[in-house]
Amino acid sequence: MHAHARTAHGHEDLKKHVRIYISVFVALMFLTVLTVVVSYFHPPIAWAVAIALLIACTKGSLVALYFMHLISEVKVIYWTLGLCVVLFGVLMLLPTATEGNQSGVVHHNDRTVVGAVHAAHGDLGEHSETH
Amino acid sequence: MSDVIPYTVEPHPVTGVPNPKLGIWLFLASEVMLFGALFSTYVLLRVGSDHWPRHTETGLNVPLATVNTIVLILSSVTVVMAWYSLKIGEFGRAKLFVAATIACACTFMVIKYFEYSHKFHVGTFPSTSNFYAVYFTMTGLHGLHVLGGIIVFSYLLATSNQWWQQHPEQFTNRIECTGLYWHFVDLVWIFLFPSLYLL
Repeated sequence: MHAHARTAHGHEDLKKHVRIYISVFVALMFLTVLTVVVSYFHPPIAWAVAIALLIACTKGSLVALYFMHLISEVKVIYWTLGLCVVLFGVLMLLPTATEGNQSGVVHHNDRTVVGAVHAAHGDLGEHSETH
Repeated sequence: MSDVIPYTVEPHPVTGVPNPKLGIWLFLASEVMLFGALFSTYVLLRVGSDHWPRHTETGLNVPLATVNTIVLILSSVTVVMAWYSLKIGEFGRAKLFVAATIACACTFMVIKYFEYSHKFHVGTFPSTSNFYAVYFTMTGLHGLHVLGGIIVFSYLLATSNQWWQQHPEQFTNRIECTGLYWHFVDLVWIFLFPSLYLL
């Protein structure tokens, strides 16, 4: 009898979890179709990137929170992922910084070329001006 | 001295989670950096390029990729259902869900094979353009991860009867850890799909 009650409770619990997983699955399907439909309207690239990223982040959050159970994890996992998110942010900002440097190269093109010629001859900076 | 690795099932008193679970999360953190480097490279190349092809110019098959997205999301549901079935002691049902996950993963790889073979057939290779270099590198690495998932799930399914009889909790834990990896593979595709196929 006790075992039977436990099984019944297990099935009830299973139904509840199945409902959550199916709901998340339906939401993910809807967002997938939405992102494809939006792309066929050919919005300007800035809008297209913003919308696609917003939808992808929403989908990613659903997967992480409900399928990976991050909604109810312990602190050590949150700290690990927090550090990971910070480092990932740095990685994604690197192209921006590099673009900034490239702008500098364009503005000071002559100096860069001169510097490169000196470097090719093995002399740099003040030492090169003595030649 | 015991030869049994401690805290494979019960939570470690310091971290609060079993060692394999912490291990898989640390591994996934390193995977985030691996794919992050590739996404960063993609952004750098795209922003620095005078002309980057929009999705209408690339010739990639969006309907096929959409089907692949749906298949991968479906596999995430089946794997989490497999884990939960084990948690409530439904071993038979869990085996079915693991088999369904493997089937979804194989479907994904077959569709990817058709995509790749069509590209090679029309003479499109990674050397064709920066876009295709990025496309083949990122989807290729992701495909290798899917292949890895298929291998691990197949091993777990093939040995499941023995594991479940001898160490049911440890087997549940293994399915959970492999499931976390699988959800991460799904997560990467969720970002790859719009980045390469829709923008």
